Amino acid sequence: MQIPIEYYLILSAIMFSTGVVGVLIRRNAIVVFMSIELMLNSANLTLVTFSSYLGNSIGQIFVFFVMAVAAAEAAVGLAIIIALFRNKLTVNIDEINIFKW
Amino acid sequence: MINLIYLTILFPLIGFIINGVFGSKIKNEKVIGVIGSGAIGLSFLIVVFAFFETLSLPVKERTHIVELFTWLKVGGLDVSIAYQVDQLSLVMALIVTGVGFVIHVYSIGYMHGDKAFWRFFAYLNLFIFTMMNLILADNFVLMFLGWEGVGLCSYLLIGFWYDKDFEKSTTSAAGLKAFIVNRIGDVGFLLGMFLIYLVFNSLNFAEVFSRATTFHISEHIFTLIAIFLFIGATGKSAQIPLYVWLPDAMAGPTPVSALIHAATMVTAGVYMVARTSIIFASAPTAMMVVAVIGVFTAFFAATIGMVQNDIKKVLAYSTISQLGYMFLAMGAGAFSAGIFHVMTHAFFKALLFLGAGSVIHSMHEQQDIRHYGGLKKYMPVTYGTFLVAAIAISGVPPLSGFFSKDEILWYSYTNIGFVFWLIGVITAVMTAFYMFRLQFLTFHGKSRFDEKKTHPHESPRVMTIPLIILAVLAAIGGFIGIPELFSGEHGNLFHSWLEPIFKSAELKLSYFGSHSHFEEYLFMIISIVGAVAGILVAGYIYLRKPQVADRLSARFKSIYRLLLNKYYVDEAYDATVVNPLVNTSKSFLWKIFDSKIIDGFINAVASWIGNLSSLIRKIQTGVVQSYALVMMIGILLALFWIIMSL
Repeated sequence: MQIPIEYYLILSAIMFSTGVVGVLIRRNAIVVFMSIELMLNSANLTLVTFSSYLGNSIGQIFVFFVMAVAAAEAAVGLAIIIALFRNKLTVNIDEINIFKW
Repeated sequence: MINLIYLTILFPLIGFIINGVFGSKIKNEKVIGVIGSGAIGLSFLIVVFAFFETLSLPVKERTHIVELFTWLKVGGLDVSIAYQVDQLSLVMALIVTGVGFVIHVYSIGYMHGDKAFWRFFAYLNLFIFTMMNLILADNFVLMFLGWEGVGLCSYLLIGFWYDKDFEKSTTSAAGLKAFIVNRIGDVGFLLGMFLIYLVFNSLNFAEVFSRATTFHISEHIFTLIAIFLFIGATGKSAQIPLYVWLPDAMAGPTPVSALIHAATMVTAGVYMVARTSIIFASAPTAMMVVAVIGVFTAFFAATIGMVQNDIKKVLAYSTISQLGYMFLAMGAGAFSAGIFHVMTHAFFKALLFLGAGSVIHSMHEQQDIRHYGGLKKYMPVTYGTFLVAAIAISGVPPLSGFFSKDEILWYSYTNIGFVFWLIGVITAVMTAFYMFRLQFLTFHGKSRFDEKKTHPHESPRVMTIPLIILAVLAAIGGFIGIPELFSGEHGNLFHSWLEPIFKSAELKLSYFGSHSHFEEYLFMIISIVGAVAGILVAGYIYLRKPQVADRLSARFKSIYRLLLNKYYVDEAYDATVVNPLVNTSKSFLWKIFDSKIIDGFINAVASWIGNLSSLIRKIQTGVVQSYALVMMIGILLALFWIIMSL
């Protein structure tokens, strides 16, 4: 028996919301980063779901793109966090509000 | 060759670019001088060829338009860069390039050793370029381009020695004065142009002039246009009330005074009136204004010229006076006589200035004739050529000045009245007097300078040969315009050459009235006697009895002082126009209007925006997560809106 598409989509929505909430409320930059990855992966899940459901492989190809971009983004993001940590000795975003007027 | 006429404009431009851009790199004065004069020489050759080609054509086919390209095309206005080659523009082009070439060559000697030798030649070439545009233009806009261009060159060259003092201020101030006074006249020219466009719906010469003869336009409109154009001419050609810049223009190097402020640029106003003769001829009132201003300027400037002590100042007032004669001719409807005087005047006045330059050169920049005297033996060539020019300008036959001046006087009598003739003759007597005063004080008598310190010497050949060329022209130049009294019907070559240009204007004026040959002989003899008398009086006072001059000036002290101070016109202008303008600008326009009102408004807007921003910028907390939150809310709202609108 096939699992109905709603299950996938609901799981994806839960993952995405968790990611959003994580980005908004967590203070640790690494955790915020992980939350962003969670959001990306929820989007990936949706793509795969529809790809399989519609019998079209384009969605899955997109997923590879997203993963590649996510990897690159993670590399850059982590580098920024490390650079910030070296300067401020913290990864707490509340204390990294240097973009202020 | 006529179709290549644009080359006469191109060559000076090329010369200007070469000398202007690379001049400071070319250290060799000879190379710069040859480039500068060569460009003008080539132009002159082309004009000469074009002249002979035109001469070989039948009279009806002598007007050519050489169109290069469309310049402006806005709505109904269509202006081309197009050059009109006809009898009038050819005469002017021959004068400008011919005399211009001679003066360029002279400048090689005169400017020798100047630190900005190359700049001088670049400016001179630029001047010829713009002047040729003015002369050859076939429409008012291109003419105005040249008109402004020569004004610019005049400014640049008057202030050429910008670090030098001149009278009470600097040469740059003199240049500025010339430029600003000219601008006042230019406003008149511009208004005239606007009005012409409004009335005739074109700015092309051929179209405007043919419409001026065919359209039914009230005389008032013509009068208004003519007066506006004439205001432009008074600025450029130094007539009352805008003549004040020309004496100050003597701050420039002497070749500049010869080329721009005697032979060519200042005659641009005369040329313009001649070119638009049909408009002036349609407005008798304007013609009268031109004649009155002309004759009054001639008289007025001559009285000042009689007592000035600076050799160049005397010549400057003489130029103003002679320009007055030309306008008298224009106002009397004797257009070709006026142009004839432009030509002869270009010869002898350029010669006088170059001679004066030669004297100044050898006297170590001394310009005061009271410190000259007895220079005859030191500089024979300059003396001889100066004498020829002085006789020519005095109007003694058979030198050129006699023919042109006498023609003007005769027409002013037959066409507008005896009074004009009388003032003209009195002016001629004064001309002869001040010219020979200059001649005698400079070259004759005992030397009044320290012969141990100053060693006058003849100028080098590069300067004396131009003097000789001009002296020959000044002597024989009049023979192309022998009065019909002597040469028979159509015997006046200059007249018959220019006749087609002024035909329609002369038809409109149609002066009738018969005058006997006896009258003409009588008037001619009176003016010759007057000129000779002027010379003899000058000789008596300045050669025989030098103390008479002092006694006279002591006797008529108030008049003498009035003349010496040029009727206090400069002071009057300062008091009535310049100073009020400067003071209002300083105390009101600058201190109040500019710094309080305009700056205040700008500052108020700026500080208002600043205050607003300092409120708004509080939103920028720098906390990344609050930005993310706002973004999130935005996305949610957008989503909500999309879903609701489905």
